[in-house]
Amino acid sequence: MSTGVLEFLTVFVLAAFVGNEVISRVPSILHTPLMSGSNAIHGIILVGTILIMGEARGTVQITLAFFAVILATLNIVGGFVVTDRMLEMFKAKPAARAAKPDGDDGSGDAAPGGAK
Amino acid sequence: MTLNTWIDLVYLVAAIGFILALKGLSSPKHARNGNLLAAAAAAVAVGFTFAYPEVRAHTLNLVLTLVAMVVGATIAVPAARLIKMTAIPQMVAIFNGVGGGAAALVSIVVFLIEAPGKPAVYRIAEVLFGVLVGCVSFAGSAIAFAKLQELMTGRPVTYPAQQVINGVVAVIIVGLAIGTLVTGSVPLLVATAVLSLVLGVIFVLPIGGADVPVLISLLNSFTGLAVAASGFTLDNNLLIIAGTLVGASGILLTRMMSKAMGRSLANVLFSAFGSVVTATGGADGSGETRTVKSGTPEDIGVLLAYARKVAIIPGYGLAVAQAQHTLRELADLLMERGVEVFYAIHPVAGRMPGHMNVLLAEANVPYDELKEMDEANPEMATTDVALVVGANDTVNPAAKNAPGSPIYGMPIINADQAANIVFLKRSMRPGFAGIDNELLFDDKTTLLFGDAKDTLTKLVSAVKNA
Repeated sequence: MSTGVLEFLTVFVLAAFVGNEVISRVPSILHTPLMSGSNAIHGIILVGTILIMGEARGTVQITLAFFAVILATLNIVGGFVVTDRMLEMFKAKPAARAAKPDGDDGSGDAAPGGAK
Repeated sequence: MTLNTWIDLVYLVAAIGFILALKGLSSPKHARNGNLLAAAAAAVAVGFTFAYPEVRAHTLNLVLTLVAMVVGATIAVPAARLIKMTAIPQMVAIFNGVGGGAAALVSIVVFLIEAPGKPAVYRIAEVLFGVLVGCVSFAGSAIAFAKLQELMTGRPVTYPAQQVINGVVAVIIVGLAIGTLVTGSVPLLVATAVLSLVLGVIFVLPIGGADVPVLISLLNSFTGLAVAASGFTLDNNLLIIAGTLVGASGILLTRMMSKAMGRSLANVLFSAFGSVVTATGGADGSGETRTVKSGTPEDIGVLLAYARKVAIIPGYGLAVAQAQHTLRELADLLMERGVEVFYAIHPVAGRMPGHMNVLLAEANVPYDELKEMDEANPEMATTDVALVVGANDTVNPAAKNAPGSPIYGMPIINADQAANIVFLKRSMRPGFAGIDNELLFDDKTTLLFGDAKDTLTKLVSAVKNA
């Protein structure tokens, strides 16, 4: 195994820990946006498809790379747009209807820790 | 610094952006900015990729790249903008699948460029991993989409010796991959890719509709890993980091989701839910002859209007009927009359964790009226009316008292403890999990059949007149 591989392996292992650490703090109400958002993030494969198109030679390689770029663009663009649409609905909600008729207040808001 | 170093530096910044974006998603306040940050980071990284001389070396390739990006964006933006909020799970499935497909194609092209004829090199192993996982994710997501979009049955598709056959296919793929690795043969690579697609399909077929979200989460994680593999292949840290972040998060989310259903991930993936269902359904026997009590909107309107405490338990049926705004209207009306109203949200209500919160947020329901299951259940015993709107499996007492039931052990909202239970349902059809619900036959239960939007509208006017 060359040192180059080891370097990338190091990055991989550290990224796995970071991913776990950052994500374990997401409240359950945001799980759907999280799934969608992380789905958009792996759309960064677009970078890979662009690089590979640069190196592709001949009809077969170029055709495959062409489709790869289309698919990756769908992933990244669609992913971010749909996530944004979801999150749009979360903004400034509590303030918007703060003055509601009194009902079941007092018992705190429905925040994290629901899913057991 | 050389040009390549500058690009690597930009990639590093983008990677940090992704990490901060995921962190931002941990609070409703910062989530949207987090997503925008990730999008900006991605845009910058993609933009700087064009600075590589290799990318611009051939005009034809460059033009084709740009054309492909325009085509992709032209399809993606309207699709993502116009999709109904209820259809988000399948949208995530399809965007995930194409990502997996792209990763697999990248690996295939790398193989075609580098490998043919050469002896085994370490990077070919990564290439094969990318092809295998990317293809499984692509085909699996396509089937998941078809199930959710109801293009095919949501029921598990089973055949004799299913797990054995699937296992054999997996073993053959590994064999083919090793063969490809040793010989560098293109036909073997093609065979590996095709069989991986087949594996993706047969892996997903036996998974029942109710479990598909767990599956999508898992496939999302797979795609992340395939992207990371492409990162290894292309010596690209950004792809490794982004792919691994998603891989790690996907696994974690998948485990949370199966936990919310009270089952292990292995159970979700390999138990062929549906076959167990029919078995219990048959054993129960009694079935058809039993009667249910159905009421008029007026009866139920009065029941609600003069209750002290009402728990609303929304489910996917609410989302399908696009009735969340009408539901809020009803809840507001009851609150104006002094009725205590809260929404009891099961963790997997809708078709994904948090899905129902997204839908209710769309209808401007304030957070403090939403109660998560653990918070809502202690209140159920003192609740006068549990109004179940388009939900079924998440209130099915079989999860607590029928050890043979496939949902046994899944935490549920204790609607059965309320003094009265009202179901708004389209029909007597069982829920997504395909299981009968004893609660429908309970003496305390009244049913109101019809599309959730129609019945809720009728209830609103009934409460107004009460």
